Amino acid sequence: MEPLGEAALQHHQHDPQRPPESPAGSGSAGLPTGAPASPPTGPPTGPPTCLPADTDAPRRLDLSAVRERLAAQQGPAYWRSLDELAQTEQFQELVQREFPSLLPVGMEADFSRRRFLQLMGASFALAGLAACARQPLEKIVPYVKQPEEIIPGKPLYFATAVPAGGYAMGVLVESHLGRPTKVEGNPDHPASLGSTDLFAQASVLTLYDPDRSKTPTSLGEIRSWTTFLAELAGALTAQKGLQGAGLRLLTTTITSPTLAAQIRELLARYPKARWHQYEPAGRHGARVGARMAFGDWTDARYDFTRARVVVALDADFMCEGPAAVRYARDFMSTRRARVAGAAMSRLYCVESTPTSSGTVADHRLALAPAQLDGFVLALAAQLGVAGAAAPPDLPPPLSAKAAVIARDLAAHRGASVVVAGEHAPPELHALAHAMNAALGNLGATVLLTDAVEAQPEDQLDSLQRLVAEMAGGKIDLLVVLGGNPVYDAPVDLDFTTAMQKVPLRVHLGLHQNETSDYCHWHLPETHALESWSDARAFDGTVTIVQPLIEPLYDGRSAHGVLACLLERPDATDYDLVREHWRAQPRATADFESFWRKAVHDGVLAGTALLPRAAAVQSAGIAQAVARLSDSAALGAGLALIFRPDPTVHDGRHANNGWLQECPKPLTKLTWDNAALLSPATAQRLGVANEDLVELRSGERRLAVAVWVLPGQADGAITLHLGYGRTRAGRVGNGCGFNAYALRTAGAPWIAAGIAVTPLGRRYPLACTQEHHSMEGRELVRVGTLAQYQSNPDFARDADRAQENLSLYPGFKYEGHAWGLAIDLTACIGCNACVVACQAENNIPIVGKEQVHKGREMHWIRIDRYFEGGLDEASALHQPVMCMHCEQAPCEPVCPVAATSHSAEGLNDMTYNRCVGTRYCSNNCPYKVRRFNFLEYNDRRSETLKMQRNPDVTVRMRGLMEKCTYCVQRINVARINAKTQGRPIQDGEIVTACQQACPTQAIVFGDINDTQSEVTRWKATPLNYGLLTELGTRPRTTYLAKLRNPNPELEGG
Amino acid sequence: MAQIFHRSTNAISRFTIYGAVFVLAAVAWVFAQLSRSSYATGRTVILQQPVPFSHDHHTAGLGIDCRYCHTSVEESSFAGIPPTATCMNCHKQIWSDSPMLEPVRQSLRANLPIRWTRVHDLPAFVYFNHSIHVAKGIGCETCHGRVDKMPLMQQASSLQMEWCVDCHRHPERYVRPRSQIFTMGWQPPRAQEELGRELVQEYQIQSLTYCSTCHR
Amino acid sequence: MAEIPAPGPARPNPARPAPPTRPPLMAPGHTAATVTDKISAVVLTGTPKWWYAAFGGSFAILMMLLYSLTMLFAKGIGIWGNNIPVGWAFDIINFVWWIGIGHAGTLISAILLLLRQPWRNSINRFAEAMTLFAVACAGLFPLIHMGRAWRFYYLLPIPNTFGLWPQFRSPLMWDVFAVSTYALVSLLFWFVGLIPDLATLRDRAQSLLAQKLYGFLAMGWRGSARHWHNYEMASLMLAGLATPLVVSVHTVVSFDFAAAQVPGWHATIFPPYFVAGAIFAGFAMVITLSVPLRVLFGLQDFITMRHLQNMAKVMLATGLIVAYGYAVEIFMAWYSGNRYERFMILNRVTGPYRYTWYALILCNVLVVQLLWSRRVRNSVTALFIIAMFVNVGMWLERFVIIVTSLHRDFLPSSWGMYHPTRFDFMTFFGTIGLFLSLMFLFIRFLPMISIFEMRMILPASKPPEEPR
Repeated sequence: MEPLGEAALQHHQHDPQRPPESPAGSGSAGLPTGAPASPPTGPPTGPPTCLPADTDAPRRLDLSAVRERLAAQQGPAYWRSLDELAQTEQFQELVQREFPSLLPVGMEADFSRRRFLQLMGASFALAGLAACARQPLEKIVPYVKQPEEIIPGKPLYFATAVPAGGYAMGVLVESHLGRPTKVEGNPDHPASLGSTDLFAQASVLTLYDPDRSKTPTSLGEIRSWTTFLAELAGALTAQKGLQGAGLRLLTTTITSPTLAAQIRELLARYPKARWHQYEPAGRHGARVGARMAFGDWTDARYDFTRARVVVALDADFMCEGPAAVRYARDFMSTRRARVAGAAMSRLYCVESTPTSSGTVADHRLALAPAQLDGFVLALAAQLGVAGAAAPPDLPPPLSAKAAVIARDLAAHRGASVVVAGEHAPPELHALAHAMNAALGNLGATVLLTDAVEAQPEDQLDSLQRLVAEMAGGKIDLLVVLGGNPVYDAPVDLDFTTAMQKVPLRVHLGLHQNETSDYCHWHLPETHALESWSDARAFDGTVTIVQPLIEPLYDGRSAHGVLACLLERPDATDYDLVREHWRAQPRATADFESFWRKAVHDGVLAGTALLPRAAAVQSAGIAQAVARLSDSAALGAGLALIFRPDPTVHDGRHANNGWLQECPKPLTKLTWDNAALLSPATAQRLGVANEDLVELRSGERRLAVAVWVLPGQADGAITLHLGYGRTRAGRVGNGCGFNAYALRTAGAPWIAAGIAVTPLGRRYPLACTQEHHSMEGRELVRVGTLAQYQSNPDFARDADRAQENLSLYPGFKYEGHAWGLAIDLTACIGCNACVVACQAENNIPIVGKEQVHKGREMHWIRIDRYFEGGLDEASALHQPVMCMHCEQAPCEPVCPVAATSHSAEGLNDMTYNRCVGTRYCSNNCPYKVRRFNFLEYNDRRSETLKMQRNPDVTVRMRGLMEKCTYCVQRINVARINAKTQGRPIQDGEIVTACQQACPTQAIVFGDINDTQSEVTRWKATPLNYGLLTELGTRPRTTYLAKLRNPNPELEGG
Repeated sequence: MAQIFHRSTNAISRFTIYGAVFVLAAVAWVFAQLSRSSYATGRTVILQQPVPFSHDHHTAGLGIDCRYCHTSVEESSFAGIPPTATCMNCHKQIWSDSPMLEPVRQSLRANLPIRWTRVHDLPAFVYFNHSIHVAKGIGCETCHGRVDKMPLMQQASSLQMEWCVDCHRHPERYVRPRSQIFTMGWQPPRAQEELGRELVQEYQIQSLTYCSTCHR
Repeated sequence: MAEIPAPGPARPNPARPAPPTRPPLMAPGHTAATVTDKISAVVLTGTPKWWYAAFGGSFAILMMLLYSLTMLFAKGIGIWGNNIPVGWAFDIINFVWWIGIGHAGTLISAILLLLRQPWRNSINRFAEAMTLFAVACAGLFPLIHMGRAWRFYYLLPIPNTFGLWPQFRSPLMWDVFAVSTYALVSLLFWFVGLIPDLATLRDRAQSLLAQKLYGFLAMGWRGSARHWHNYEMASLMLAGLATPLVVSVHTVVSFDFAAAQVPGWHATIFPPYFVAGAIFAGFAMVITLSVPLRVLFGLQDFITMRHLQNMAKVMLATGLIVAYGYAVEIFMAWYSGNRYERFMILNRVTGPYRYTWYALILCNVLVVQLLWSRRVRNSVTALFIIAMFVNVGMWLERFVIIVTSLHRDFLPSSWGMYHPTRFDFMTFFGTIGLFLSLMFLFIRFLPMISIFEMRMILPASKPPEEPR
């Protein structure tokens, strides 16, 4: 045991590496300033540095030993974390350190003698009297005039869209008496088809974020809109004279037709004014690459349903970009080998950093950027793209692989896709298009259309021009609509300094952020669920965005602010959007019915852009090839790869607790980003997990904690954007490291020539599943298509031995018997289910410190196991929620029967009966039960109360909770069916996780119903249960994961 | 050596020792009574309301159907409290200037809701659904008592779990024909038990007694 | 009406010299009077200075318990280090540890009484007190380890307005009965044993208050033959009641683990080796207490080497049983061929918490072997140190069983580590403060050695040898 006192001290030290918090950092205007970096829900968990910053020298990670160990293992090798595998000193030390954490528990600081005595009195009174406590009188407040469609106690659903990077994700929003509580996908919307991603799920929390800005402020002082309009009027009159020569508009990517029209009107009125767009994690590569390939602005969209072979070039096409959810659904629809006679597509992933798409790939190549470029050239050459030639220094095995893949592609002309990543350089996109053209995929699996964006442009170039002008002092009035350029603009442009030369700077945003700090005026923006607007999906389909609730605060939308600029401050968003559409030709004579239908459906029929022919411009391709050859040439040195974070994206979601606490798909880190290193690179640099290193790019430096990620390409460091915020709010402040500090306009996604120096300090990272190996237990069962065809039962072989023998006859389930099945082939670990569950079931967040202690509350977790060799390691995902065992070990041990079995096979958890002995959790072999160790639910913030699902109890501290199969939905369905005197239909009950899942990997239903989908799933030979040898008879089962590797590449 | 204790001590000690049993029994009994008393359950307690609305007058007197005000009782978990507008449908004409109804008129004028005090208040972790109970033949009266005899509304049942569970375990003792749901003072034409058993069959009433029926 | 001769015909008969190998139960030269004087003096004469210091110290620690419990009720279990997967840690460790310690008392008072072991007479009184106080400390934990301790009455099978019963299949329910019965019987046993001595104190007390207090507690004991007869009946009955408890209580406690399916818990060996372990721990604690006591109050005459040696032998015996238990666990893990069991043992020996396991083996198995040597058994200091080792060892045993089994069970995805917080330690040491405070109050205000039973082992009160 290490000395206690020392450890105790360390917890109070602040880690010097943490960016200092701006004095105004705590909460936005008008908010009680709470503990700065503590999430609004849950106990004050303190800044991420509340854990010991271990100052020992970093231990070494002996990876050669690891290789041997892996080599020695029989069969597929599954392992937990590199440290364990390596048995490094550090791991040993870590696990030997038995009693280091004498952590202060929240609220320590303000603990006076007086408070203590109060508490003592209160708590013992509680202990004594709670029994006899009577509930306080409650008020019922009926309407004055009740809206006809509202039936108190029944939710309503409204179609709308939540924007992601300017593009629309069509959703249906559940509303209880006017409070939006839950976001679901809109089945009619092309980008959703009924599913959502985690961002859409979490958007409702952002709406109710208590840190949102509430009033206009001028230099930090609270002001009224009228004051702002007065000042704006002055500036505008000045501009009229100059034809707006000094007026600049900076927005994020815009697809909204109405907004675009408004901006054009503004530009018409002020001819010399300019409009710039900048999206830090936008589709720059795709945009510019397409122009390079086709000569003008073109959007490519893919039809994966018709693709037999897919090659993803550094592309996480199932988790990134405006069409990710749709693509994931489409692609997985081609992998249902479990359905008799269905073929299975094949996916090759060539990538520098592990992605969700990579984990489902049949073949995955981890290549550093330079090598990747070389490989792409080789592939292109193989496919006969003019001018492309494999670089001489390309390792033979790689060119061999390229040849094989090219053959496979060529064998599927017109039925294959080569897709380049959202964040790949333009050249890669251009070449991908060229390859698709060569494969005759254009028009077949790859559809080319006009640009969906209102004004496609080279945003980096556009921003640079703006900065130049501002620095030149040519700008008098800068209006920033959304976005956060001060934080996320390329660092070499020095946007902030240039901006400060502008006499009047106005910023519109949901939150007071880094940018608003540097603006004269900050204007509160309305959330997408608060205002009328419109937006286009990835295929151009228009959705009318309708509000679910009156604006919570004194905010306006971008439409409103533009109206101000157009001197129509009184025009409402509703009028503006309607005006625009009334003027459109497609608005038929009967505008009202057109409008009502559009708003009701959530999609404007026939607005999808039509595919058009386009020829590949050889000049552009030649240029791309040339550039790629150059970059392929400079191979040596470490490359730094920037990626939007899997949970907080480019930083816009930094203050969203659900997303902060959502474990990243591969690292399972929460509340932080880290420099992801491949094992070999880490070994070479002599660093291990949680070591702080300094990344140096030119003269720019950044201290970052290291996380060793198997499957990361050697020589490539990945650093996710969106962290190191200083003005995000109480949740996001001070989490992680600001990658933008190293990101330049020249190298937005890949910076070469990075120097790394260990700092000899450590920074604790809260990882929910650092401890992950299968210990040779058959938890995730994987097979190849061939294997499945030869022996369909391969997945069950492991269970042959133990039949469930019991002395007692089992319980007979008449009526319904609820069950759930998860198709591991389809799961991409995208976390949509995790956040959906959190939103549906009022699951609190607990903060970094508590996660680090192993107290995260997620009812569904996605277990991640590594597979294969160390360097070409891939990951397996396995969603785990309560198994609702028919012989549930948790039930007999509960002394008060707080967890008991329902006649329909549900493992009921009765919160109000639970006394919190935690015996059930100890006895649960799946460890899916979650305990409220502290009062995790925020009962102070009024707005957060509005989000809570009224059909689910909000749990207090001291009791156990777990997945209920969304029993509230089951009960509603049962009651509806019974009142209508009919049986419950199959598919009538959809659990939150199932509903959100983009790949339809989850199905729920009645296993007594022989026709139900879930029964059909469970009937396939792939179906197996987790730890069935314990005799638990889980109701949740898994379909073994199938891969479809190319025989030619097997063993290669 | 002097005696320390008076001789009465013997008697006293004997009494206390043997009496203790009865004392304990009494304490237990009192506690049991208290926990079911109207103090604990709020049963039969008249609560202060903004308007002294008389169910007696409106239902028994005027014969207004329950559903005229409690509109969502057949389709939602919540039976519904009438919006001010509903009151004013009639009170525009009759008693249109009664001082007693001033809060109602005030509410309509100011467009501010009337804040009633909840009479039947279940704990937040209990999810009761009116529609299903009505659909399965549980009359208003069964839980709410003779509302038509209540000048001022009061809670008729204890609303304690044992009370709910009793009916869930033995529905046949309480169900009535669907036609009689809203009638007050309905008397079973024949033995409730036997009629009940038939209705349980006819309405396919399950007696759901597992926890998640009400707690989630 | 003081000096009541102990029952049995007291006819003059020369004290037979004890065999040379066995030191006597009581140093020679004592008469009924001297015994009474010596023991009751401790209670009736002025308080020694050190007592204030000692009691003050332990009371301060007790206040620490109060503080940590307040924080616990105010904020929740989260102030401890418990987490998922390690749902139980110090709370249940301490519970089992204390319950175990209690056992020696019951064993000495009940079983040794039935076995007519006179050597128990000088240690049974404070051994019983120790039992009582240990159970008090133990009983605290099942209560406070609950997330919502104020709902503890849900565990009691009492009529309620929910129309619900507790879950009688849960070992925790059995605990409720086992522990409460145990506490009750121990209390009665202890009190009944005290009555004659209380009477003695009543009669010897100078101040009226003391007379009234002791008199009230003595329940009018006059030492008549009838009283003695009833007394014998009562203590025999209680002994009969208590005897099964010695076995049952810790058996039930072991069910908390044996009835669960966690690898490392789900073992049939648990009941016997928990009971043995309990007695093991109990005697260790008796030695830990008696060694300083006999010095502080100069009671070497009454608590002689003979007692210490006997207790040492019991420790050795039970210690061997415990060691056997460990061995069987390891053997079964290998023999069962169950991979989870095997991994569990491997994890104990090589895993992150392996040092606790080594320490456990050292304390409970290796050190105890020293007791084979007569020289060690004859050295008070050695015995005291060994007893200390065993106290620690038994705590570690529970740590290994509970934490090491829980932190890595079936799904590696849910593996975790447990790190106690300062509140864990404060709660643990706080209960030690509670125990010591009660102990010091006891030795100050009640005769820590049974006066009349000591008189029984006076040579004068020996019945004549029956011819075999």
